[in-house]
Amino acid sequence: MHGLPLEGRTAGRRRAIQIARKDIPTCGPRDRLGDVRERVQATGNEMCVVVNQRGIVLGRLRRKEWEGDADSVVEDVMELGPPTARPDSFLHEVIERLRKVGSLLVTWYGSEEDGGRLVGVLFRADVESVLEENARHPR
Amino acid sequence: MPIQITRDDVERMIAEGAVLIDTLPESEYAEEHIAGAVNIPLRKLDRQATAHLAKDDALIVYCYDTE
Repeated sequence: MHGLPLEGRTAGRRRAIQIARKDIPTCGPRDRLGDVRERVQATGNEMCVVVNQRGIVLGRLRRKEWEGDADSVVEDVMELGPPTARPDSFLHEVIERLRKVGSLLVTWYGSEEDGGRLVGVLFRADVESVLEENARHPR
Repeated sequence: MPIQITRDDVERMIAEGAVLIDTLPESEYAEEHIAGAVNIPLRKLDRQATAHLAKDDALIVYCYDTE
């Protein structure tokens, strides 16, 4: 936790929320695809997460989806039901899924939410890097 | 009045006697928490649960680590 000393049974094991990237662009379901594509590519990202006005995940856009008709809207082409992980999942618990799907949206289900709120995106390469580092320097 | 603080603030305030409160569920507190933190799960946070805290103490409250 930000370098502070830890206690507890699993102290030091990293969780999804700690490794997830928080700077992944988002867009709305009614946004024009051409506008989203331009904005996402300008950031250098390969993914855009589709959220509603409250930050609840509705879907995901990747290159294969956003290369469609620029005048179509996001909700017509977005991937529905992208794979997700809980923020408190340990990395060793999600790595096998990540090896199959490449990335997981980290979502938080609050008690008053009607869906998962986006908190970040977990990428296979990032997690493998951390796990390899942990294996080289076990606590 | 709650304010957001940095890691350096946390370390300084703990050294000065602040009380660190972890509001995660008990099971998650048992798994991992910042050294020295006491556990008051958010769902049990009420007058009774905080009765042992002095009104003048500085309190640092945290839940999930979002970096």
